[in-house]
Amino acid sequence: MSTQRIVFVGVGGQGNLLASNLLGQAALAAGQHVVVSEIHGMAQRGGVVESAVILGDATSPIVSNGEADVLVSFEPVEALRLLNKVNKDSLVITNTRPLPPFTVAIGAAPYPAPEDSVVYLKKKLAKVIAFDGQSLAEEAKNPLSLNMVMLGALFGAVKLPIDVKTMKKVIRSQTKKRFAASNVKAFDLGFKAAA
Amino acid sequence: MDVLLSPSGGKEHLLLGNEAIVRGALEAGMAFATCYPGTPSSEVPDTLYRLRKQFPNKVKYYFEYSTNEKVALECAAGAAASGVRTLCTMKHVGVNVAADPLMTLAYVGVNAGMVILTADDPSLFSSQNEQDNRFYARLSGLPMLEPSGPVEAKEMTAYGFELSEELGSPVMLRTTTRVNHAREAVPFAKLGKVKKTSKFQKDPMRFVTVPAVSRNLHLRLLNIYKQAQAISEASPYNQIMGRGKLGVISSGVAANYVMDAVEDLGAKSKIKVLKLGFTYPLPEKKIVRFLKSVEKVLIVEELEPILEQAVRALAQEKGIAVEIVGKEPGKIPAKSVDIEAPGFFSRAFEYNPRLVREVMAKTFGLAFEEPAELSLAGMPAPPGRPPNLCPGCPHRATYFAVKEVAGDQAVYASDIGCYTLGVLPPIKAADFLVCMGSSVSSAGGISRATGQKVVGFIGDSTFFHSGITGLVNAVHNNHNFTLVVLDNGTTAMTGHQPHPGVNTEAIGDPTTHIDLEPLIKGLGVQHVVTIKPFKVRAAKKAIEEAIAYQGVSVVISQELCPLFARRVAPPTKRVFQVSTDKCKGHMDCIKKVACPAMYVENGQAKINPLQCIGCALCAQICPENAILPLKAEG
Repeated sequence: MSTQRIVFVGVGGQGNLLASNLLGQAALAAGQHVVVSEIHGMAQRGGVVESAVILGDATSPIVSNGEADVLVSFEPVEALRLLNKVNKDSLVITNTRPLPPFTVAIGAAPYPAPEDSVVYLKKKLAKVIAFDGQSLAEEAKNPLSLNMVMLGALFGAVKLPIDVKTMKKVIRSQTKKRFAASNVKAFDLGFKAAA
Repeated sequence: MDVLLSPSGGKEHLLLGNEAIVRGALEAGMAFATCYPGTPSSEVPDTLYRLRKQFPNKVKYYFEYSTNEKVALECAAGAAASGVRTLCTMKHVGVNVAADPLMTLAYVGVNAGMVILTADDPSLFSSQNEQDNRFYARLSGLPMLEPSGPVEAKEMTAYGFELSEELGSPVMLRTTTRVNHAREAVPFAKLGKVKKTSKFQKDPMRFVTVPAVSRNLHLRLLNIYKQAQAISEASPYNQIMGRGKLGVISSGVAANYVMDAVEDLGAKSKIKVLKLGFTYPLPEKKIVRFLKSVEKVLIVEELEPILEQAVRALAQEKGIAVEIVGKEPGKIPAKSVDIEAPGFFSRAFEYNPRLVREVMAKTFGLAFEEPAELSLAGMPAPPGRPPNLCPGCPHRATYFAVKEVAGDQAVYASDIGCYTLGVLPPIKAADFLVCMGSSVSSAGGISRATGQKVVGFIGDSTFFHSGITGLVNAVHNNHNFTLVVLDNGTTAMTGHQPHPGVNTEAIGDPTTHIDLEPLIKGLGVQHVVTIKPFKVRAAKKAIEEAIAYQGVSVVISQELCPLFARRVAPPTKRVFQVSTDKCKGHMDCIKKVACPAMYVENGQAKINPLQCIGCALCAQICPENAILPLKAEG
C-alpha cells in the first residue's frame, strides 16, 4: 500500500504524544505497518511538541519537509510553524482556539489572528479543515480531550487503513478509565466536525 | 500486567525504542541496572524503575538511579565483575562523566554480560552538544552495536549481553534520539531467566589495575578486539541488501532513510546496500568484498565521517580504486538552528529521508522529481514559543529574588536542568554553562579571574551529580561567590527521578535521604541558609546577606517542583486573579517574572485560572496589591 505520513503538532501539555501513540497502537491492532516518532524533552516545558505517524511500508521514523500528507495542528499558529512539512496537495486540520505563548504576553511578538492564519492556509492548500476543537472538547465535558477531538477529525477527513471501531477500542483501553467515555465522545465530535 | 513483563514470546507490541531496550534486557535475563537519566535515554531507566515499583514480585532485577554516570558505571562494573548480567544507561554527554572508569573497565572486562547504553542526540533536541559517541568505542576498544530502530534496539540489547559474555568485555549500545523516541511493532521472544546470586571471585591480577596488571590487560583487550572483529565479519547485523553496481554503506537510523530512498528512486536493481549494525570493530573483509563488487560507493552516516574514513583507509590499504563519496569536504550548512536538508551530507545535525534521497540521486545520477515545498511568502509570522518554567515553578521566584538583589551586573553561572530556562528574558540569569556541575566550579573560576560578583545556580539532583565536588574545591581554595541550590525535591527536567536528596517516603522508596543543609555545612561552607522562595521579602533578605558574605556562601531555595508535588501531595491552594479596580497597569507581574499563567488582554494583565496554581509570587510583586486569591465558588 502507499505510505501515509501524518504529522501532529501542538503545545506541551495538549496530549500530542498520546494521540500519535494511540494512532500507532490502532494501526498495529489493524495489522498495518507503522512507525511513530516523537520529539520531546525540553518541549515539555510549554514548548512546541511534534510527532509523526508513518503508515505503510516506509521505515524512516521522520517526515521530511514537503512530505507530510496530513498535518494535524492542535493550535492555529502551530499549523503555520510546521507548514514547511506539507505540500500544496496536503491536508491541514487545525484547531482554531489560540494558546498564545508567553512571548506574546510580554509584547515580544504579536499573535496572528486565527482567522488570518486560516485564510493563509486556505490560500496555500487545496484542503484545509479548521474548527474550534477546544469547544468540542468542552462539549465532551473533558477540556483536556482536544487531542481526541483532533484524532476524530483525522478519521473523519482521511481514509485510513484503520477502522474507526479499532481506533475507539484503543482509546477506551489505553486512556485513563474515568476519561474513557468523554474521550470517545470527543473523538466522535471531532469526527463529525471534519467529515 | 505490563506487556514488557509478558513471559511468552511470539507477539508484536508497539514499543518506544527505549522500552524495546528494556524488553531486550529482560529477554536476556538482566539482573542489575544502574543509570543517570538524560534525554534521549531517560525512558530506559524510568521503565525499569516503574516496572520494579508496580510489580515488585514479578521483576527480579536490582535497579538504581545513581548520583552520576561515573558512579553508575563503577557500580555496574562491580556487579558484572561479580557475575550478574548488568545494564548501565546514560545519554551521550554522560559517557564523558563515565569516561574515566570506562577506559579501564575495557581492560578489566566482565564476568557476565554487560551492556552500556550511550544515547546520542544529533541535532541537539535537548543537549548541550552533539558529540558522536562512536568515537568512544574506538577510544576504549569496546565493541559497539548500533540499532536502526526499536526492533533492532530490542534484538541488539539482548544480543549485546551474549556478545559481552562471549568476549568477557562490556559492549556499547549506541542509539540516537530517532531510535530512542521512535515506536515500532517489536516482536517478542521469551523472557529470560535471571541469574541473581553471584559471588565475587577474588583475582587481583585481573581486577586491581596497577601497572603490572594493566600491561597484561591491554594485551587482553587487543586480543578481544581480534575476536570481536571475527564475530563482526560474520554478524547478521552487518548485512548486504539488494543488488547493483552502485553501493551505499550506512548505519544507525540513516540506514532507514537509505532503504526508503532506494524504494522511492525505483533503484532496487541498481543500488546495493551494506547496512552495518555491529559497527566496531568493523567487518573489514566484508567491506572490502563490498567495495570490490561496486563501481561507486556512497557513505551515509550522521555526524562524524567515521565509517567514511575507515572505508577510505581500507580501500587504500587493499588498492581498490573504487570512487568513495561521503561528507562533502568543507561544506557547512547555511543555517545552524534549522534542520532543513542542506542538499549535501554534513558533519552537523541529523539527516532526514528527503536529504538522503536527494544526495543519493545526485551522487548516482538518478532522476527523481522531488515534491515541491510550499512557498511560505506572506505567512503571518508565528510568535516564538520557547519552553518556559511552568506556572508556579519555584525557580522563577528564586530567580526573581536574586535578580532584585544582584541585578544585571552580577555574573550568573548556570547548570543543567529545567532552571537553565532562566537564560530567557525577562529572567536572564544564565551567563555561563558547559556541563552538569559546571556552575559551581566555573563560578569559582570567574570570580577568581575577575573579582566580579558571581552567583551560581544548581539544581538539587545536579548538586549531587557533580556539583558537590566543585563546592569542596571552592571551600578549600577560598573562592568568593554565592551558590544557590534550587532544591525542588526531585530531578524535574528528566521526569522526576529520585536522587539522594529526595525525601523518598512520599514516593514509597525505602532509601535514605540526605539533607542538603548539614551536608553543605559539613563540606565547610560557613554561610548556609535555607529559604522558601515564595516568601519573597524574607528570601530577598537572606540572599542579600549571602551575597554580601565574603567567601563561599550557599542559599538553599527549597520548594517542591509543582508537577512533582501534584503527584505526591495534591495542591490545595487557591488560584489568583487580578482585580481590575486596583490594577494600575505597572505590568511588573508580566515583565519581571514571565509566568505562563499570565497574559494581557486589552492592555489589562490577567491570570488564566486553569494554569494558575496559587504560588502567590505575582501577588507579592504587584505594587498595588491588585492580585488576590479568587474566592472559592459556592
